[in-house]
Amino acid sequence: MKQVVLAALILAGALAAQPLNPAKLLQPPTDSWPTYNGDYTGRRFSPLKQINQANVGTLNLAWTRRFTAGGGRGGGGAVQIKATPLEVNGILYFAAPDNAWAVDARSGRELWHYTWETTGGLHIGNRGFGMYGDWLYFETPDCYLVSLDAKTGKMRWNQQIADVKQEYFCGPAPMVIKNHIITGVGGDSLDVPGYLESRDPETGALQWRWNTTPRPGQPGAETWPSRQSMEHGGGMTWHAGTYDPELNLYYFGTGNPNPVYAPQSRIGDNLYTCSIVALNPDTGKLVWYYQVSPHDSHDFDNVETPVLIDGEFKGQPRKMLAQAARNGYFVLLDRTNGKNLLTAPFVEALNWSKGLDATGRPIPNPDMEAKPDGTLVSPTEGGAANWFAPAFSPLTGLFYTHASESYGMDWKTDLSKTPEGYGGRNQTIWIQNQLQAIDYKTGKVVWSHRYPNQGGNRSGLLSTAGGLLFGGDPTSNVFAMDPANGKILWHAGLQSSVGNGPITFELDGRQYVVVGAGDSLYAFTLPGH
Amino acid sequence: MIGRSLAVAVLCAASIAQAQLVSRPVPPADAVERGKKQFVIQCGSCHGADARGEDDGPDLVRSEIVLDDEQGSLIGPLLRQGRPGMSAFELSNAQIQDLAAFLRERTQAAINRNAYPLLNVLTGDAKAGAAFFNGAGRCNTCHSAIGDLAGIGSRVQPPQLQTRFLYPRGGRGGAPPKPTTAKVTPRTGPAVSGTLEFIDDFAVGLRDAEGYYRSFSRDAVKVEIQDPLSAHAQLLKQYTDKTMHDVLAYLVTLK
Repeated sequence: MKQVVLAALILAGALAAQPLNPAKLLQPPTDSWPTYNGDYTGRRFSPLKQINQANVGTLNLAWTRRFTAGGGRGGGGAVQIKATPLEVNGILYFAAPDNAWAVDARSGRELWHYTWETTGGLHIGNRGFGMYGDWLYFETPDCYLVSLDAKTGKMRWNQQIADVKQEYFCGPAPMVIKNHIITGVGGDSLDVPGYLESRDPETGALQWRWNTTPRPGQPGAETWPSRQSMEHGGGMTWHAGTYDPELNLYYFGTGNPNPVYAPQSRIGDNLYTCSIVALNPDTGKLVWYYQVSPHDSHDFDNVETPVLIDGEFKGQPRKMLAQAARNGYFVLLDRTNGKNLLTAPFVEALNWSKGLDATGRPIPNPDMEAKPDGTLVSPTEGGAANWFAPAFSPLTGLFYTHASESYGMDWKTDLSKTPEGYGGRNQTIWIQNQLQAIDYKTGKVVWSHRYPNQGGNRSGLLSTAGGLLFGGDPTSNVFAMDPANGKILWHAGLQSSVGNGPITFELDGRQYVVVGAGDSLYAFTLPGH
Repeated sequence: MIGRSLAVAVLCAASIAQAQLVSRPVPPADAVERGKKQFVIQCGSCHGADARGEDDGPDLVRSEIVLDDEQGSLIGPLLRQGRPGMSAFELSNAQIQDLAAFLRERTQAAINRNAYPLLNVLTGDAKAGAAFFNGAGRCNTCHSAIGDLAGIGSRVQPPQLQTRFLYPRGGRGGAPPKPTTAKVTPRTGPAVSGTLEFIDDFAVGLRDAEGYYRSFSRDAVKVEIQDPLSAHAQLLKQYTDKTMHDVLAYLVTLK
């Protein structure tokens, strides 16, 4: 009998060791978490409900594991896990700058550890992998797209996607749509132009490139004063977006224009920076755009996840897209055409904007631009929201995001007609973190949880059909809340604060919740399961 | 980019500690100086003395060729051969390396935003600042120009004073701000007060008057916090840029 069970287990293991089924990318995540946000919608909503309001109080640590970086001039030292792990067929895959791991999701056991020999770049963080069949893709700080064999962790190939000597640095989780590996770039220091690229999953060859700023004569060029300004206008693409397979549109947010705090050389709206854009993933052609921070001068990268919501708005069923933007406004768009349905502030005391125009766009207040003697701006550079993952629950109709009320000082330091780089400085003066639950139909904050301490980390979030909202607080707790009202139902203290977004999946009839905090992963399950 | 929020003390402390920049070698200062003199004479008329470009020549600080160059590897051949719109130059290897060093220094100065020198932050009206301090701002409720703030204008330079008076963090040339205190009242038994050392949604820890550390589960107690800086946080919503600059101008007069 024992042998039969063993044989069955081996067979099950053999069956489980399959490549990622592309159909999984189109389904709500259950037994797998195969992409940065779990599925293409960006909702981070799981239909799993084994862990629910009635039993979450008994949630237990199943395993925890520390990871040590290795190799590379920029490697070594402590790991900060900002990546959302993928979970495919019982294996977790995640990355940190110059490092990547595969881990047994049932035990936390390390299966392989890949290290990349870096040539430079800002090692601020890596958001994780994209996966296609048996192949993994991640970006390095020195801007190579590296493909690994998921079975062994061996490198298949690498392709340079930007020049680190021009001050680009890279780290977003590549987005896999059909046979496209979509990669983005970062870098604000030296006014380099932003772009998004699609590469072939087999070879890494370039399929298309979309520039986030136009070139002379192209649509959008009228929003820049000169060739120089648009070719050095920034607009980075440092975060993964979302995808609607029916419309075949890839949605993502673009970064701030350059020079950052000295906008005198780029009079105009500066398209397509600080915008939500919709591209055809097969061609890289722009289908629509909506600019959330026109002519930004506060470093309000608009890369926050555009979350896809299907539901009712003013009595009509609609396909929508919602974003809690770094500039402090919640925007709701019709994702078929980019038309604005609603814009509303989700934190108090925004002072950079004079209000909204007829299309719902925030109007920047020129008086609040950085000045040589300092301008007191709310929110500060880190924003009311930022890259950390929001969540949406179709059960409550609420959009959840960690947020900050804050003030910062913006000084302009470069008054020339040709400023460079940042062109100014920022210092945060005061900050208060909170978790906001926003009714997508009204833009109103339905409930808000203010943390008792100022500042600290802001984690990503996860909502589930078990009536739970998971996240991490600014100290070092992972928690589960009632998503209807913010009541905390469970928590556990970790070694450091949650640095990524929690994920959940079911294996062998057991639901796991996994978070990354500092250099460790933690997996939680219910006792008896 | 959040990755470059290096001045953010509170927001990103954890992530910034991990942000390792693998930087390129800093060119020798004497080579930079020689290269600068040479650049001004030979290149400045078209590219500007600071290499930012003029009408006749492009910005070289963010030029792809300059950024990809290693000690003249790309600049050298280009200078010696010339290109459309630019004549060839006869230069020694040493001269080319000096020019490359100057341009590298210029790009690094543009990149390193935390070293950008602030300009004049002292533009306010000290008299109006005094009126705000003693009037609408109610600063004099807690502070005194001849008490705790006496000599602040001598002790702290204006750029540091500007951010410090808005929300003091202590440790920057003046007395640290008063500690936050907490009064914790259990369901039964007497209340305990002390200096707040830790609080989250689940626990509160304080140091009592006798120096003992006391912690409590939040669900078993009522917690009242006295934050001496709460008035500073409130004022942030009331300042205009004018009142903010006026108060700084006033504080600078407290020598």
